[in-house]
Amino acid sequence: MTSLINQTAAALAGLLADGSVSSVDVTRAHLDHIDAVEPDVHAFLHVARDAALATAARVDARRAAGEKLGPLAGVPIAIKDVLATHDMPTTSGSKILEGWIPPYDATVVRRIRDADLIPLGKTNMDEFAMGSSTEHSAYGPTHNPWDLNRIPGGSGGGSAAAVAAFEAPLALGSDTGGSIRQPAAVTGSVGVKPTYGGVSRYGAIALASSLDQVGPVTRTVLDAALLHDVIGGHDPLDSTSLTDAWPSMTAAAQAGLADGALKGVRIGVIKELNGAGFQAGVKQRFEETLALLSAAGAIVSEVSAPNFEYAVSAYYLILPAEASSNLARFDSVRFGIRVNPEDGPLTSERVMAATRDAGFGDEVKRRIILGTYALSAGYYDAYYGSAQKVRTLIQRDFAAAFDKVDLLVSPTAPTTAFKFGEKTEDPMAMYLNDITTIPANLAGIPGMSLPMGLAPEDGLPVGLQVMAPARADARLYTFGAAVEQLLEAHWGHTLLSQAPALANIEMFATEGGAV
Amino acid sequence: MAKAELMDYDKALELFEPVLGFEVHVELNTKTKMFCGCANEFGSGANTNTCPTCLGLPGGLPQVNRQAIESSIRLGLALGCEIAETSRFARKNYFYPDTAKNFQTSQYDEPIAFNGQLTIELETGRLVTVDIERAHMEDDAGKLTHMGGAAGRIQGADYSLVDYNRGGVPLVEIVTQMIEGGEADSPEIGKTYVAAIREIVKALGVSNARMEEGNVRCDANVSLRPRGSNILGTRTETKNVNSLRSVERAVRYEIQRQAALLHAGGTITQETRHWHEDTGTTSAGRPKSDADDYRYFPEPDLVPVAPSRAWVEELRATLPEPPAARRKRLQADWGFVNLEFQDVVNSDLLDVLEATIAAGAPAQAARKWWTGEIARLANAAGVSADSLVTPAQVAALIELITDGTLTDRLARQVLEGVIAGEGTPSEVVASRGLAVVSDDGPLIAAIDEALASQPDVLAKIRDGKVQAAGAVIGAVMKAMRGQADAARVRELVLERAGSAAVEPAPSGSGE
Repeated sequence: MTSLINQTAAALAGLLADGSVSSVDVTRAHLDHIDAVEPDVHAFLHVARDAALATAARVDARRAAGEKLGPLAGVPIAIKDVLATHDMPTTSGSKILEGWIPPYDATVVRRIRDADLIPLGKTNMDEFAMGSSTEHSAYGPTHNPWDLNRIPGGSGGGSAAAVAAFEAPLALGSDTGGSIRQPAAVTGSVGVKPTYGGVSRYGAIALASSLDQVGPVTRTVLDAALLHDVIGGHDPLDSTSLTDAWPSMTAAAQAGLADGALKGVRIGVIKELNGAGFQAGVKQRFEETLALLSAAGAIVSEVSAPNFEYAVSAYYLILPAEASSNLARFDSVRFGIRVNPEDGPLTSERVMAATRDAGFGDEVKRRIILGTYALSAGYYDAYYGSAQKVRTLIQRDFAAAFDKVDLLVSPTAPTTAFKFGEKTEDPMAMYLNDITTIPANLAGIPGMSLPMGLAPEDGLPVGLQVMAPARADARLYTFGAAVEQLLEAHWGHTLLSQAPALANIEMFATEGGAV
Repeated sequence: MAKAELMDYDKALELFEPVLGFEVHVELNTKTKMFCGCANEFGSGANTNTCPTCLGLPGGLPQVNRQAIESSIRLGLALGCEIAETSRFARKNYFYPDTAKNFQTSQYDEPIAFNGQLTIELETGRLVTVDIERAHMEDDAGKLTHMGGAAGRIQGADYSLVDYNRGGVPLVEIVTQMIEGGEADSPEIGKTYVAAIREIVKALGVSNARMEEGNVRCDANVSLRPRGSNILGTRTETKNVNSLRSVERAVRYEIQRQAALLHAGGTITQETRHWHEDTGTTSAGRPKSDADDYRYFPEPDLVPVAPSRAWVEELRATLPEPPAARRKRLQADWGFVNLEFQDVVNSDLLDVLEATIAAGAPAQAARKWWTGEIARLANAAGVSADSLVTPAQVAALIELITDGTLTDRLARQVLEGVIAGEGTPSEVVASRGLAVVSDDGPLIAAIDEALASQPDVLAKIRDGKVQAAGAVIGAVMKAMRGQADAARVRELVLERAGSAAVEPAPSGSGE
């Protein structure tokens, strides 16, 4: 008997389609596993057990009635709490939104519902997606399934941990500076930040509007592609949404499984994202992966992106500036918690101040203050203006690189998962952790992280980041699926099959015994 | 609050030169709001025309209303502005409960329209050209109602209610350059300028242009410069002056108030001021400095607006004749003297008059009916004249007078019938049997009878005392129930009196 929770979404979809299993069974298996491991992992802020089972039953009934359903119909999914859901609390990891249930669904949530996926619940995150560890969640951190004393990455640590801990086969994340890719890297899962404008942001609680992008969090490249096809495409409610007719990402991923898919593919290694500050085991696995790629026929060369050295500085001006304005609406007037000042008159200004003081965490306040300062009269040109110029320079670096190569690669993160508390006292160290992922957001190009092994020194997952030109998301999927196949063939197993068992459950029991 | 000292207006002008500036907000009459699909509608239940976007809910995103862009471009063109090839929205950040997002989506350094001009004509015939700095698009705020406390003011209120129905309604803000040299005409310049803007947006059809509903709102900037100085004085900005007369009064008041203050050695605080319609005064609002920091930055949730030149030219071709030019042309065409024409303009009857004349009515007759009988009936009913009858109906009525079917007196009865919904003027004439009797037969019979019954009058007429005929004419008109042409009756009375066919009734025949 094959366990339902360690199946890929693609495999589950097949079992559901041919009637081998019901969505209720699949959903219940995941909910039971959530119950078992959540005390350790804390990936979820809200689990919608009854609603999930009811939705699954409806999908089963429709399938039984002969209705033609979408490819992922009946497959469970976890949703990052940054996304508005009309039937579940949506807090963005913040106390200021505690208990808030939006009157509407984000476009991507509506699309997964329309595609008959089964929402299991909402996943934990750094407050308002500000962080790289989920330690900034107002509801306590999520633990890395590989080592419960370590961070699962952030801000989307909840979605990555949920997938890595087999609590859900699929999850939705959002990526402003690496919040999908870095958690994927440190949890051994797959995460994709699509081209800016490729997936609707409507209903995604904004951190930095010009950088945010919603994307898939999964255990395989093919699963990410399947989910991307569900959530992607033009949305008139998001003015920055591209009107392109997108190719099938699923077909692109499947193309990567063909023999010789890597032959002649030109891979650029970004010199500036492969040097000092990278953990030895991360560098080692990266070099090994490059060697495997060369052996498979890919043409690997080094490219330079000289302006990347300014990326983190520019990012930490643009992000706080936009965030300071985006977060202004949290004022207690229309939604969210309201806190009255302890003494003195109850004016709206004083109630707003008291609410924001009590409702926002330190990191959020830090970035609001930074952003407010950066936008202030007299400083705008020096800070926000200059940062936008850096952004243009980084876009040019990417354009120049993509003139020479088809795809760019780097380690997704400089290190493996760090321990709780290691960087919370040093915001700069935390910010620098995003050095590899930030440039893609600044340039609006798509990026993917997929597992490339365990660092020998700590046995923790290491991620490979792949970047493609804007709108070339399909190229990521073809290449990503090929690399994944190459590496798994090399290892002889999937990376996540090496993760320690979290609960007293035979997760990988097969007819042939435990793998 | 102590009542401000005011300086005599003439003395103020003697000592100081007023410098003006106006910001006029025009609410566009698009079907939906600026950045979402909610209805742009006045008078709905509180917070019913709202959605995640205009309520500023987490995750809400704006979408630009194309109709609002079109209206803004047309308004910009009508103000002689250049239309930007690319124009961007920006966020104006400030916290206030009526602003759902706690930033206004406005335009900052890249407005849709800029560098325009508007020439206005004062009552003396003086022409003043107002330079328009820019016309930019933005979204309106919600409406706060302060409950409890004094007179709905925020001071002393127990709590406040906010209605976001207006939040997100599209506005165009028209900003003038400094207006110098207005001198004693300054208050009138303010009134006339706002009236001209109102007239233009109405002619364009881009706004309902009702100042009483806040469709057109004026902020008036006034500063005084001492005679002989070339240094600008500190300005005040009187907010939301919402009638033409108030604009005039507010400018005048600020000139007098500031002059008194400056003359007494005081200084003007740069601030916003509230206009009080009831007392005709302004009071201090919040301090405002040029360093007010709204932390503007380009709105990242919207892409730039880049209207193609072809579209702009297409829109330019749809512009109506400028209202001032149109007035000049119509007055000349119609041959009205100034007083007559002003009467029409002030009564807001230009459009109906033009339509009535276009339908074939002579200009003077059309004017006489609209500003006379129809205006009187409208006044009495408390409605607008053009809601009572159509220009076509009035033209038809006038046609019936011209061709002799109706006298003015009969025409008034027909008008009543038309207003009562009895049909077209001709139908009312037929159904009420109101046409002038133009057949001499019945008239002669009535005249003969009247003359016969008044032998003394007949004798007087025969003696050459023609004026005695009046009594007979009156009797005949009465017998004809007014449906006779009095001039013709007179003619016939004299003719019949001279005829032997008419004999006084034998005395004693009356019973």
